[in-house]
Amino acid sequence: MLHIVACIKQVPDTKIIKMNPKTNTMDRASAPAILNPYDAHAVEEAVRLKKKYGGIVSVLTMGPPPAVKAIKKCIELGADEGYMISDRAFAGADTLATSYALTKALEKIAKQRPIDLIICGKMTIDGDTGQVGPGIARRLNIPPLTGVNKVVEVNKEKGYAIVHRKLEDGYEVVKSQLPCLFTVEKDINDISFAPLPNMIKAARYQPTIWTADDLENVDRKQLGLKGSPTIVSKVWAPPKPEGGKILTGTKEQQVSELLSIVLEKKELFS
Amino acid sequence: MPEKFDCIVVGAGPAGTACAYELAKAGVNVLLLERGEYPGAKNVMGGVLYRKMMEDIIPEFYKEAPLERPIVEQRFMMMDKESAVTFSYKGLEWGREPYNNFTVLRAKFDQWFAEKAVEQGALLVCETVAVECIVKNGRVVGVRTDRPDGDIYADVVVLADGVNSLLAKQLGFHREWRPDEVALATMEILKLDKNVIEDRFNLEANQGCTIEIFGDATKGILGTGFLYTNKDTLSIGVGTLLSGLIKHKIKPYELLEYVKNHPMIRPYIQGSEPVEYLAHLIPEGGYHSIPKVAGNGVLVVGDAAQLVNAIHREGSNMAMTSGRLAAETIIMAKEQNDFSESMLDQYRMKLMESFIGQDLKKYKDATHHFERFPQYFEQYIPMMNRAASQMFTVDGSSKWEKQQKIWRDLGSTKQKFKLARDMMKAWKVMK
Repeated sequence: MLHIVACIKQVPDTKIIKMNPKTNTMDRASAPAILNPYDAHAVEEAVRLKKKYGGIVSVLTMGPPPAVKAIKKCIELGADEGYMISDRAFAGADTLATSYALTKALEKIAKQRPIDLIICGKMTIDGDTGQVGPGIARRLNIPPLTGVNKVVEVNKEKGYAIVHRKLEDGYEVVKSQLPCLFTVEKDINDISFAPLPNMIKAARYQPTIWTADDLENVDRKQLGLKGSPTIVSKVWAPPKPEGGKILTGTKEQQVSELLSIVLEKKELFS
Repeated sequence: MPEKFDCIVVGAGPAGTACAYELAKAGVNVLLLERGEYPGAKNVMGGVLYRKMMEDIIPEFYKEAPLERPIVEQRFMMMDKESAVTFSYKGLEWGREPYNNFTVLRAKFDQWFAEKAVEQGALLVCETVAVECIVKNGRVVGVRTDRPDGDIYADVVVLADGVNSLLAKQLGFHREWRPDEVALATMEILKLDKNVIEDRFNLEANQGCTIEIFGDATKGILGTGFLYTNKDTLSIGVGTLLSGLIKHKIKPYELLEYVKNHPMIRPYIQGSEPVEYLAHLIPEGGYHSIPKVAGNGVLVVGDAAQLVNAIHREGSNMAMTSGRLAAETIIMAKEQNDFSESMLDQYRMKLMESFIGQDLKKYKDATHHFERFPQYFEQYIPMMNRAASQMFTVDGSSKWEKQQKIWRDLGSTKQKFKLARDMMKAWKVMK
């Protein structure tokens, strides 16, 4: 039986979030918290693999107590178990400290049930770094397969997985040993409409919550703000694109004008 | 085998949530289904929440619920093109505990209320649409949802699925509502600085004001406009019977724009920014439109049962009370393990004995009367404005002359008789 763990995060919905114009930081209260969209695809893929090969899907997150909602969302999608690490000691973590804390939690989960595969979203929409997944893989000393947009095969008996990794001009087919870690693209799957029994299970579900003390062999210096060497020296908003031209007139005029621009300025559309 | 609950409540608005809350509190295993992303996501009302009926469910809710402002003043404007006769009552006793009513924003309030039901033990499942009741041997035994493996069973199903109540319609409890049984309300939430609101409406912090606008707000169509103060937003809207919009060929958003730009209203909202646009049907058929509300294994509450008092813009309170009465009935039915129509019909009796039945009966012909005789809104409100203008304009003519002019403005003797008759009729349907 495969044991797949999806690492997920609750993030503010950056589609509607407002930025503080003075500090250029996100006003997190201005947007609802959602399950990071890439992570939803990670969970969906884990559940699909479970359906295909049999097994168990666990999800793991680090976050404040309200992040339980994100775990419930994963239960709706078909995950079996949810784990959350939540402690003031984890607060202010950058990607280095986050991958450390998640690794410690993954080690604890693996003690209860060995892990065959870890799936993360490609990145979170609030941080956009894409570093946590590979960070975990490095710490666990397993191969990271980033940018996965198709899983061809997972073979637990023979201990390998075959996936497609997205490249700029196509994809590459990679075979890796198990256990390994995928970070997945959004086009890997379409999120399915959760069946009602999952919804009811999720409404009742309470995840296992661990504090820093519950994890084993933790070096507290590597947690949270203390364990985060990243310094954000400056945040600025990208300049708004300027210029542009709105075509007016009848539909026919607009189309012919547009066509002549396209033909004249080919370099813009190559 | 799908899971079976004691009760499934369809719809987490005030009626459904009140019902689920009371049931869960009594230890009944209840599932609360909501089609929106969260409770309140799809719910609309002008924004007045009545304290008493809410306190019947959660005492002292105002200490923690997300409310906007306690209302201390209620104004009623009889509006013409560029004038208005206004009645108002302002009472500071309404600004203190236990309060009278509050303005609320439903997206926040409904969410909070549903959380309270969950705390009592109700199971809330959102983003799930109940598409039909599952009926076996003439009994409702569950609901079918739009999700895979979506059948779910219960001893009793409560339909709190709102004005159109497709589920009650499928059961044959009511037909498609006629256009004169539903009103269409459109509204906007306008952002405005808190201090500006308090200055404009003559309020102190944590005091609110409601204005109901009759007459030209709806271009003489039967209905009302409204303007309510929230913390740092205003709710402005207009609701008219659907039949009126059809007859006058007016689009609802045009009417809302008309009200927003009306010279009597514009100064109140000047400088505000629209942050939300909402629209919803409101059941305003009144007493005669109340459908069958109890069947074998099923009850209908709130808007789904047409429980709205259009004359007094009360609806959420009736919804909550109907939800509570349905819960009481279900608890009794559960004790006797009898969910038949004859047992559940006690809900109808409770409903009719309560203020809901009494009030709806009192005004049973009011809406229909004003719908049939448009002169009240089209002629008499402008007449009232002309009379006030005449009386209060100081132009050197004597007061006696002014009274004569006002009297002449009422028209010929025949028209005066008609006016007197109309006033009598209005008194009859309202008394």
